Amino acid sequence: MKFLRWLLGFVTLSALIIFIFAFLPVNTPTKLMLYLLICFLLSLYRILRGPTAADRSVATDIVGILIIGFCAILAVYTKKDWYIDIAIAWALQSFIGTLALAKFLEGRNFDE
Amino acid sequence: MMNETIALIFIIIGITFDLFGCIGLIRLPDVYNRLQASTKCVTLGTCGILLGVLIRFGFTAAGAKALLCIIFLLLTSPVAAHALARGAHKSGIKLWEKSVCDKYEEDK
Repeated sequence: MKFLRWLLGFVTLSALIIFIFAFLPVNTPTKLMLYLLICFLLSLYRILRGPTAADRSVATDIVGILIIGFCAILAVYTKKDWYIDIAIAWALQSFIGTLALAKFLEGRNFDE
Repeated sequence: MMNETIALIFIIIGITFDLFGCIGLIRLPDVYNRLQASTKCVTLGTCGILLGVLIRFGFTAAGAKALLCIIFLLLTSPVAAHALARGAHKSGIKLWEKSVCDKYEEDK
């Protein structure tokens, strides 16, 4: 049963990747963004299903780092460099938010 | 033209690492294992994408900002991961039952 679930996930994911790479009639940056969209969906599954609050915090941190990569790809293919400013600001906010969540998990107050 | 090809190769490597990290986030059994796999992998992947941006733009304003973002990400992401692991351990989340050792519990 466990092997069956593993096989189902493997076949679905590799079929999706090969379909996007070979058969979807879009240009290259859209393909790259579709791969990042798969990453977003996987971490969204962990946010929805995660058994504890720490799992959800980890997945939220991952989503923050993925958005930085998304902004970087947009900056390359639209040739507008202010997308990297958005990426830097997002990195700062994501770091502070993750630290606050970790302290909250630890059970301390914010002013210690 | 050469610049664009090398940048595309770096971006593809970065996206591959992102995908592996998110698969680790789904597959692994424990919050600590998930943290270990996904945070390192996704940080390396996003740094690869930003390195592609740096190669594509050269040392202009946009390239310098990408380099700044790489340095910031490499410095802060392990700190955030460590804080999350410490918070999870102190809030009483058990390890996976096949884990072999727990040094943090022994030191307390």
